[in-house]
Amino acid sequence: MMTEVVITGLGATTPLGGDVASTWDALRAGKSGVVALTEDWVERFDLPVRIAAKLAVDPADSLPRVQARRWDRCEQVAVIAAREAWRHAGTPEVEPERLAVVIGTGIGGALTLLGQDDLLENAGMRKVSPLTIPMLMPNGPAAHVGLDLGARGGVHAPVAACASGAEALAIAWRMLRAGEVDVVVAGGAEACIIPITLAGFAQMRAMSTRNDEPERASRPFDIARDGFVLGEGAGVMVLERAGFAAARGAARHGRLAGVGTSSDGHHITAPEPEGIGAGRAISTALRTAGLAKSDIGHVNAHATATPVGDVAEAAAIRTAIGDHAVVTAPKGALGHLLGAAGAVESLACVLAMRDGVVPPTLNLEDLDPRVQLDVVTGSAREVELHAAVNDSFGFGGHNVALVFTSA
Amino acid sequence: MQVTNEEILRGLAEIVNEVAGVETSEITPEKSFVDELDIDSLSMVEIAVQVEDRFGVKVPDDVLANLKTVGDAVDYVAKTT
Repeated sequence: MMTEVVITGLGATTPLGGDVASTWDALRAGKSGVVALTEDWVERFDLPVRIAAKLAVDPADSLPRVQARRWDRCEQVAVIAAREAWRHAGTPEVEPERLAVVIGTGIGGALTLLGQDDLLENAGMRKVSPLTIPMLMPNGPAAHVGLDLGARGGVHAPVAACASGAEALAIAWRMLRAGEVDVVVAGGAEACIIPITLAGFAQMRAMSTRNDEPERASRPFDIARDGFVLGEGAGVMVLERAGFAAARGAARHGRLAGVGTSSDGHHITAPEPEGIGAGRAISTALRTAGLAKSDIGHVNAHATATPVGDVAEAAAIRTAIGDHAVVTAPKGALGHLLGAAGAVESLACVLAMRDGVVPPTLNLEDLDPRVQLDVVTGSAREVELHAAVNDSFGFGGHNVALVFTSA
Repeated sequence: MQVTNEEILRGLAEIVNEVAGVETSEITPEKSFVDELDIDSLSMVEIAVQVEDRFGVKVPDDVLANLKTVGDAVDYVAKTT
């Protein structure tokens, strides 16, 4: 019999809250994490985008000063989320050689890179920090979590743009199924709300410019959607071989039952408009989970609120699952956490099953007629769930689907 | 103006505290940076840059490599200023 992969710990810090409980409460209640940006650079660069989903709790405030100054913000959020997940899992006693870490990021330490480049330009070579490289490298979040937990079974950092966090969970699943290790701490981290990312995404015309109404800006599946809202945060799960978790008497919060990945082979940033690659990832995830379309009761959609992406995903969901599943798109509330999105939204999937509640899609007032799905709007919907899918897609044509089942 | 060894020690302790978080009361002349104060080579580079700025001295890499204890650093600054 195949090794089952169970979820024993959850951790997060997001625009809706500094931990899993506060994030989940706010998501269920339909609160928005999107705010107006008040930094001086918004005016200075005349940015067309002046809104973002900032962290509810500044990570530096909950870390010792020296750690905060030695870790990039994306590394800080990774460690904070991982520590919460590890505590939630009951601090598993596992041989360090049987413990691995997989934490993805889309961008990595961009704040550090730009800050240190400013120092180089303005103050010269001597002022550049010797910590520049470990703070900007995209494997930094994974490496710091690995150091923090004493993991010696491998530290990996998948980079797949906005699918990075989901890909991390997929890789963790494969490692556990292969029997390489007993426990994997996996997820995603991102913190890059800075002028260059806002400017770059804005130049792609990928972002919402509904600056006068921050809370109403992120509108997945809505006919009036005009792009995504950049967010920051981290989500981490502790995953274990079911046998190992059972032997130590760990509480199970759900199972990662199957994963599917695919690549569009279409365009560097544009999604394939029919959602064929995305649908293939979902179908593969169902197959590896041993489930039928009709088993899937819930889909936590990637839906970033871009005009093209949401429609392509809706087509993929209809093809690969059908129109019976209850769908929500959490980016309406959370904004788009890029490399952390897949991990944070997977946590929401697991909690939706635990509580039998699907959170509402914020700002979905007028469903795009091309989205022929049962999308939850207005307020949360109670529904008994046994299996759910999380979709994640990234620039580069990366598609990741994860199937979660109840504990 | 000549700075005293006590002033150098006090300034160095503030720098080490800022960079590595070690309590200033722990930073005494006989302590080894690496073995006793648990300061890594990256932090030593940061400390050297701040020492240069604060005391107006140069700390070349070959000198830095030989500053094993807090006292070594105080003596180097004292004789170089």
